[in-house]
Amino acid sequence: MLKQTGVPSTDDLKRVSPSEVRLALGPVAIIECFQKIPCNPCATSCPQGAIKPFVDINDLPDFDPALCNGCAICVANCPGLAIFVVDERYSEDTALIKLPYEFAPLPEVGTMVGVLNRGGQQIGVGKIVRVQNPPRFDRTAVVHVEVPKCLAREVRFLALGANKR
Amino acid sequence: MERFNICIIGGGPAGLRAAIAAGSAGAEVLLIDENDRLGGQLIKQTHMFFGSEKQDAGTRGIDIAQQLVNKVQSMTNVKVYLRCAALGLYDDKVLTVLHEKKYRKIRAEKFIVATGASERMLAFPGNDLPGVYGAGAVQTLMNVYGIVPGQRVLMIGAGNIGLIVSYQLLQAGVEVVAILEGSPHIGGYLVHASKVRRAGVPILTSHTIMQAIGTNAVQAAEICALDSHWARLPGSEKTLEVDTICLAVGLSPLSDLLWQAQCRLTYIAELGGHVAWRDANLCTSEPHIYIAGDVAGVEEASSAMVEGELAGLAAAKSLGLARVDVDTAMSQAREQLIALRAGPVGEKIRTGLALAQMRGDEQHA
Repeated sequence: MLKQTGVPSTDDLKRVSPSEVRLALGPVAIIECFQKIPCNPCATSCPQGAIKPFVDINDLPDFDPALCNGCAICVANCPGLAIFVVDERYSEDTALIKLPYEFAPLPEVGTMVGVLNRGGQQIGVGKIVRVQNPPRFDRTAVVHVEVPKCLAREVRFLALGANKR
Repeated sequence: MERFNICIIGGGPAGLRAAIAAGSAGAEVLLIDENDRLGGQLIKQTHMFFGSEKQDAGTRGIDIAQQLVNKVQSMTNVKVYLRCAALGLYDDKVLTVLHEKKYRKIRAEKFIVATGASERMLAFPGNDLPGVYGAGAVQTLMNVYGIVPGQRVLMIGAGNIGLIVSYQLLQAGVEVVAILEGSPHIGGYLVHASKVRRAGVPILTSHTIMQAIGTNAVQAAEICALDSHWARLPGSEKTLEVDTICLAVGLSPLSDLLWQAQCRLTYIAELGGHVAWRDANLCTSEPHIYIAGDVAGVEEASSAMVEGELAGLAAAKSLGLARVDVDTAMSQAREQLIALRAGPVGEKIRTGLALAQMRGDEQHA
């Protein structure tokens, strides 16, 4: 399915998802990288050592969710824009998603935006809580969007600006 | 006639790294490029590169280009001629060029051909209408000149170029109506596919374009699905309203100069077309001609840069120049190439390169 449409299957996602126990404990990265390509900036950028150094540059990330604090540095550093941070403990009803965003203009904090799933369909509305765009993120901003908790595992993009449909 | 130790033809990622490597080893180098500026395709690559730190992974192509150009310009033994097109390469080690409208001859002991690749065309009715572009042209218009090609684009080809240019079109505020791919699978990196898909662009595998429709310019495209034998599925035809059709259907090595110089060439589909036989140091059948980058086989820019370095070092070593530890640097470059090509996505390249390094008699045995 992923190779036909670009959308990972439920089975693909199951393989990269942190455990329910870990997800319930707060912010954690979800690395949606399913194909062995020569690439390792996730491992070299992680300050927590949660993504192990690659033996072969073509390895898939070897990620230990127990060591991850959800800082999202890998989110800005992944050349494939394939890493997201999900915080399911954000509030009683909402979760926080940190996603990579390379579109101008950047969303403004406090605004409500349409949120899209992996297939590009709008599945709800979220609130922009924070936009990180420091020089060391090299123009890949990390946008923090608050979404209803039930959408935490589906929301992966924003309907905004250039992508408004 | 000007004389150099090493002349490098093409100032893209491979040529730049070849110039830096040969210059560092102590060679008097001339780097020529027919364009107004150095950098080749890198000057349009706004995405972060893959690979490892050794190949500047995580850095955008545009920034890698700037770093390489700065380095080349800081080297007093590397001379650059821009707007300089190679015309002929002869066995008395003379290269003829058209440099700023003047015909000139350049003599060098070794040449490194890093001329890159050219985009393939696709045959369909209406493909000569204004509004039908190569993906490289779209990238040049947008990322070099700041001009969008249209408002509604149909992309043909889901390799890395088709996927990346689609993403850049979205960034420029242009709608990408769909990405068609003839084969049943997405050919590019799946992370590139996922990022355009979640922005709302459908990727239609086993689909192709039948014709471009329009009187004076593209107004629509007729597309259809393909069966498992690549034949049109009757009844699957659809018309999409678009003003731009962008072709990203592959690249072919630009090997004209190598043909003319009588290097031994072989057609190797895995490498994109006719490529020169080469030894482990990228030296062709003509001992004074080396190759690096897409002309040696269409691949990622990360590998092109490492190939450039290897060819630059090898050419310098063959002249007895070794200001740096050339042997160590060459084996490190070879190790990097092996690592970059080791995974499943490198399989095609590995097969192609094995063929390209065989002697003619081995190929036919």
